[in-house]
Amino acid sequence: MLTKRIIPCLDIKDGRTVKGVNFVDLRDAGDPIELATIYAKEGADELVFLDISATEERRKTLAELVKRIAEQLDIPFTVGGGISKVEDVTILLRNGADKVSVNSAAVKRPDLINELVAQFGSQCIVIAIDAKQVDDDWKVHLVGGKVPTEISLWDWAKEVEKRGAGEILFTSMDHDGTKNGFANEALAKLNELVNIPVIASGGAGTMDHFANTFLQGKSDAALAASVFHFKEIEIVELKQNLKEQGIPVRI
Amino acid sequence: MKTTIIDYGAGNIQSIQFALARLGNEARLSADPDEIRSSDKVIFPGVGEASSAMNKLRATGLDQLIPALNQPVLGICLGMQLMCQSSEEGNTKGLGIFNTDVLRFSDEGKVPQVGWNTIEGFSSDLFAGISENEFMYSVHSFYAPISEDTVAISQYGISYSVALQKNNFYGVQFHPEKSSTAGSKLLQNFLEL
Repeated sequence: MLTKRIIPCLDIKDGRTVKGVNFVDLRDAGDPIELATIYAKEGADELVFLDISATEERRKTLAELVKRIAEQLDIPFTVGGGISKVEDVTILLRNGADKVSVNSAAVKRPDLINELVAQFGSQCIVIAIDAKQVDDDWKVHLVGGKVPTEISLWDWAKEVEKRGAGEILFTSMDHDGTKNGFANEALAKLNELVNIPVIASGGAGTMDHFANTFLQGKSDAALAASVFHFKEIEIVELKQNLKEQGIPVRI
Repeated sequence: MKTTIIDYGAGNIQSIQFALARLGNEARLSADPDEIRSSDKVIFPGVGEASSAMNKLRATGLDQLIPALNQPVLGICLGMQLMCQSSEEGNTKGLGIFNTDVLRFSDEGKVPQVGWNTIEGFSSDLFAGISENEFMYSVHSFYAPISEDTVAISQYGISYSVALQKNNFYGVQFHPEKSSTAGSKLLQNFLEL
């Protein structure tokens, strides 16, 4: 039986993890590879590395990091952040990334999705969508949620599916950072609307929040950062808890 | 032992090389016929679209070379699918090794299937020491139905072949190189065949 996925997300800047992490057993708290390896051992199903560096060196630094991750990690990982061209993706996949996630660049130029799918296949193209509720509707936002657009979440989700995206990573800007749970109403609607997997992101605070996004939100996977980095939730315990609630997980 | 991963420009094959390196095996990436023929083990990877992958194989003559190999050959993901008779993806004629066609999942479940699924019903040495209902990671929209060559199955709305074997030819739908310790065990088993 296909299981629901638990995905820790690591923010990367200049080749180092940025969000504070609270791992006593880490020799180097800024080393993405050490942290990734620990998550993999604890039962993470996949990892997402989100590059937030803004330097000119960023592409080269990220490519080198991706290669080192791929050498060590025996679970799939996605790389995102600032991807705007086919060449960006070529380098990341060639260095061993399993998937890439594309956000603003796809909204600005939707044909990019078709180009990426034609060249690399749907299976490695994740489209990240940041959205916020505006006047009873959900609108797509850009640049990490800072810039609003007039595009409806529902229209955009259908369009990225039609253009061949393999998965949608949906972040609710209203829920992100609140630790009050995922946007399950919107997620349930999204999961009805599209027939590609949807990863829920934004709002994880408790183990029940994960259960709820699988049961009520019908999400295929759930992504979180700080609850894992600060050990507020242990992946091993989380998966045990989900299993006891009858949710299929890999243990 | 000489292991070659067939390099025909199909997707992320470095991950397989890295996974073998973690097992202490220094596999080479190559499309050279002599290099491939003289290997003890051959891995036939594949990620992407079936018809364009087959075109690449035909352009280099690998479509003739692969079915004629005598050493153990392991097809992974699209590699396994291309070893079948045909694929519904782009109406592609395959290498014709396994006696089955490849079909598209109906839209009952999400397509592609992405994630960790249980595998069961083993009847191949490839699965020695791997528990029934172990989890493996897959990403795919097309599948091989159950056939005489099926050596392991998974469920996704329907039962399908998650592994195939015929003589020296092996194929797995999942990505052992991305399937944690169980996947690593399978690669180890292949190297020890």
